[in-house]
Amino acid sequence: MPGSEWLKNRPRLLEGVYAGSKSALQLLYPLLKRILPAAFTERLFVWSEEISKGYLFNCQMCGQCILHSTGMTCPMNCPKNLRNGPCGGVRQNGHCEVIPEMPCVWVQAWRRDAQMGRYAGEIQLLQPPVNRALQNSSAWLNLLEGTDAQQPSGWTAIELE
Amino acid sequence: MLNSDQTPSAADWELQSGESHLLQLLKAGHFAVTAELNAPDSSDPKDVYANVAELGDVCDAINATDGSGANCHMSSVACCALMARAGYEPVLQMGCRDRNRIAIQGDLLGAAALGVRNVLCLTGDDVSAGDQPEARRVFDFDALHLLRTARIMRDRGVLLSGRKLTTPPGFFLGAAANPFVPPQDLRHLRLAKKIEAGAQFIQTQYCYDVPVFESFMRRARDMGLHEKVYLLVGVGPLRSERAAEFMRSRVPGVHIPDAVVDRLAKTPRKGKRAEGIRICVEIIEEIKRIEGVHGVHIMAYRQEDAVPEIVERAGILRQKTRK
Ligand code: SF4
Repeated sequence: MPGSEWLKNRPRLLEGVYAGSKSALQLLYPLLKRILPAAFTERLFVWSEEISKGYLFNCQMCGQCILHSTGMTCPMNCPKNLRNGPCGGVRQNGHCEVIPEMPCVWVQAWRRDAQMGRYAGEIQLLQPPVNRALQNSSAWLNLLEGTDAQQPSGWTAIELE
Repeated sequence: MLNSDQTPSAADWELQSGESHLLQLLKAGHFAVTAELNAPDSSDPKDVYANVAELGDVCDAINATDGSGANCHMSSVACCALMARAGYEPVLQMGCRDRNRIAIQGDLLGAAALGVRNVLCLTGDDVSAGDQPEARRVFDFDALHLLRTARIMRDRGVLLSGRKLTTPPGFFLGAAANPFVPPQDLRHLRLAKKIEAGAQFIQTQYCYDVPVFESFMRRARDMGLHEKVYLLVGVGPLRSERAAEFMRSRVPGVHIPDAVVDRLAKTPRKGKRAEGIRICVEIIEEIKRIEGVHGVHIMAYRQEDAVPEIVERAGILRQKTRK
């Protein structure tokens, strides 16, 4: 799609948009929740995410967005679905092991992370396993409701050390 | 050698409760030698023992691959169980390509019950690399999820769900590292992440480019990582320049510099195999002097018979796998 590659290589701009939309949503959500039926809000969110994030990031609708921690590069485009990439199969030209004509999204993510402002360095965080039950739901709603941050109790057990 | 139909004896149960032999050696400051087993396309345990025979006397531990290159062979859990039964020290390779999180945790428990103490947690080569590219890829977890889950099972005695284990597995946990592919300048950061997730030892991809490896180690040392993890460097003999070309173009993640390929190409046909072994020995001699290197991992696919010679000539022959 036109323009999307250009934008993808401007992670600093995108992280601003991300932070802005997050605050706006947090502000508006209580109101939306009061005036709109829940099912409608869900549809509205899913639909607008599919369009906007689909265009900007090839969003795969995993429902638990970590874009700002991955250089504004959607990790679910990695054919191995890594949340802590890249794998050891990256080609010498920086392209993907699985899809030779595609640049490795994780190499891009690490490069872009270094260009970011407020979220730079977040790529070094250990990302938890994906909750596959959230596939095709709205990451925005899951963020606002806190469902995207819920982890199986075993996963957090180690932090209690 | 253990008879294939022999049932486990009391000694085997003792083995299962013990600490990793590999960890003990590394702790004691020994330079470790591990090697890769060629997992058979067979249902006969004798084939495992035949393949392990060349390696057992010169290696401290033996890795059983988990459908490496996305080709199906005898499962790594089974190969490890057979090796443990015969008194070898197995390293279980566990990848994320073929099983979801439920199967992974179940296999980890089963492997521990069968005497496995060392686990190498991998992402896994993609299905497209193998001879059944039409298979579904799973990748429910990535290697770091696998590492941390294994650590949670061991240290907290629970499954990921939080459900309690009666007897937690006592694993020595490892991960892979590939300093030779992009982004080379950031690969040490992924190593740091793996250590944070629970990696206690590392086995790297084939090293044919010592300068690249050295700069990786320099960055790792700057972060103090060499003191937090035991690092074994992957090496292996190349049979010819054709084998080298095949590996670097077809096996995911293998980088071989032109200089190495040229050297083999210039060697007369009859001397190629010996030259490949010589290159391998030279590389071991160079890397063993690098600070933070704790051993080598020899992957001599279909050249297992060369492993004893390599180990001896590189001056690292010492221990036996069999206890
Ligand atoms: S090369 Fe990059 S994009 Fe391709 S599978 Fe590996 S991490 Fe994912």
